[in-house]
Amino acid sequence: MDRESENPVAESQGNQARELVVDVSGVDRWFGDVQALTNLSIEVPKGSITVLLGPNGAGKTTAIRMITGALAPDNGTSRVFGMDPATADGEEVRARCGVVSAKPSLYDRLNGWDNLRYAAELYGLGRGKAADARIEEAAATFGIDAALDHQVGGYSTGMKTRLALSRSILHDPDLLLLDEPTSGLDPESALAVLDLIRQMTGQGRTVLMCTHLLLEAEGLADEIVVMQHGTSLLSGRPDDLATRYWPQPIVRLSAESGADLDGLANASGVVTYERSEETATLGLQSLDHVPDLVAAAVAGGARVTSTVPFVPTLEDLYFAVRRDHGSTIDEIPPPGGSSGRPSRETASTQA
Amino acid sequence: MTTISPDQATKPVTAPIKKSANQKGGSGDGKMNWSRAFTVARTDLKQLVQARDFWVPMMLLGSFFFVIIPTILLLTITRIGDVETVARISETLEVLPQQAQEQLRGDSPEGQTGYALAVFLFAPVAVIVPLTISTAVGAATIVGEREKGTGEFLAHSPAGAREIYIGKLIASVVPGYVTTVVGFSAYSLIVNLTVGPEVGGWFFPTAQWWLMILWILPPFLLICLSLVLRLSAKVKSTAAAQQASGLISLPLIMIAYSQATGVLFGAGNVAIYLGAAAWVLAIVSLTRGVRSVTRSRLLGVASGI
Repeated sequence: MDRESENPVAESQGNQARELVVDVSGVDRWFGDVQALTNLSIEVPKGSITVLLGPNGAGKTTAIRMITGALAPDNGTSRVFGMDPATADGEEVRARCGVVSAKPSLYDRLNGWDNLRYAAELYGLGRGKAADARIEEAAATFGIDAALDHQVGGYSTGMKTRLALSRSILHDPDLLLLDEPTSGLDPESALAVLDLIRQMTGQGRTVLMCTHLLLEAEGLADEIVVMQHGTSLLSGRPDDLATRYWPQPIVRLSAESGADLDGLANASGVVTYERSEETATLGLQSLDHVPDLVAAAVAGGARVTSTVPFVPTLEDLYFAVRRDHGSTIDEIPPPGGSSGRPSRETASTQA
Repeated sequence: MTTISPDQATKPVTAPIKKSANQKGGSGDGKMNWSRAFTVARTDLKQLVQARDFWVPMMLLGSFFFVIIPTILLLTITRIGDVETVARISETLEVLPQQAQEQLRGDSPEGQTGYALAVFLFAPVAVIVPLTISTAVGAATIVGEREKGTGEFLAHSPAGAREIYIGKLIASVVPGYVTTVVGFSAYSLIVNLTVGPEVGGWFFPTAQWWLMILWILPPFLLICLSLVLRLSAKVKSTAAAQQASGLISLPLIMIAYSQATGVLFGAGNVAIYLGAAAWVLAIVSLTRGVRSVTRSRLLGVASGI
């Protein structure tokens, strides 16, 4: 299917516009006395991978349920493909969505074929050879086709996830909603699934994924929405958000004696200076100043042990956002990613 | 919420919202799609077929009531010829209503007794078996989806709540009613083979039994299931659903039994009116029952669950 041609708004306005597949605005949802969502807003541009990040209980699953119309908001508006999923239009919305829930939601007494045939019929693919061919194709995409004859109750967790993923793409949905899609998978399978998710957006699909695994979202997310206590704290492209939190380049210098680095605080090109024991974190006007700073440190008597440019990861960003919004969790590290855990990028550039 | 984009001037564009005539309700159900309802029913029945631990006891129940007990009793009377037993049962026939007594066929006490037992005594069998089986299936059907987590799949699917309800209803009716039809056929054969020779040939099913099986039993089954499905949608667990549905189905079994007996005793047109009233009640009850299935209940997040 040529999905791009279905985007007249984006085509007509070029780079000045982006079509939103999901536009949730100011949504509240109560379950009895508990407010699960509070003024939640989510925008998912067409063809993107948007990742909902947040701790357990942040409202990510409820948000997905709101998007398919499985739950109606108490306040606010939810529009998917320009329709309100909580009305009679919900049927059309759901027919264009593929959902993988946190638990695979499969019928253990049935075999793989029957599970997928059930979905195929409910999503209007009908029965017969054409539907079976489509089922086989979807199952092969996730490498579960060889096990379709077996009863699902005997599947491993990974196999169930693969079958659930196959089921979600059976009807060639325009929007994939994935709630912790790699939960319970071994690292190899998880990487394969993430790779397939990437491929799907390449085919024009839009993906909204929930996770609390930051490494999983790293490099995958075109857009992120950080959620906490049922509300969206911040959203946007990771790079743009990182630039906002860390506007100047940052470098970390370590020396055998950290105090020997303090002379750099007033050096040319240094915007901010902060030291914790042997490591100084410097905000710079430009990374071009690094060689001069190292030379100055050495000239000042410091025995420099490492020089590491700091490239903020999604994890750094996530914790920075949560800290900014008053999270009281002790393990949230201070700004600048000094969590003691090197990010993937910085680890590879250690001197 | 703070939203950052590379170009703050870039304005998100959302396709214009489509107006819908329907009010918000979280179900978003439009036109009834029967194909989807049958798909739900077929899948539930497939799972039931796989559940040997369920259908083996149910088959035994049907066999016990429709085959084993009638065979033993009727053979005792017609073949073994236990004179004392026949005499005692013959005496009890005198308490039957006049209308029923006039229907008795056969010249010998064995023939008359066998006929009376076959036609009148086993009426409850045709009521107890389907109601028991269908209640057991229906009680688990919606709460079971929630417990197994498959309710999440249904809630996100395009299937409407009404389609799911009808599908579940069909899947609950079929096992009970099919068992009854099969059991009834076996029972007819047994009756004709054992009592037939004593009363001058095959005579079963009688018109009253046809009336009961085709006209009286189905609406009572539907009334019972409409209540049981409502329960299944609202309770927290399958165990709770089965306990509560037992409380509902028991009085219904008693009512159905008394009505069925009345029909067999030859209440004539009354049976037709009674059946018609039961059908009306069943339709009303089912229509109201549809509302009990909601997506939030399938997800297990509705208040009270």
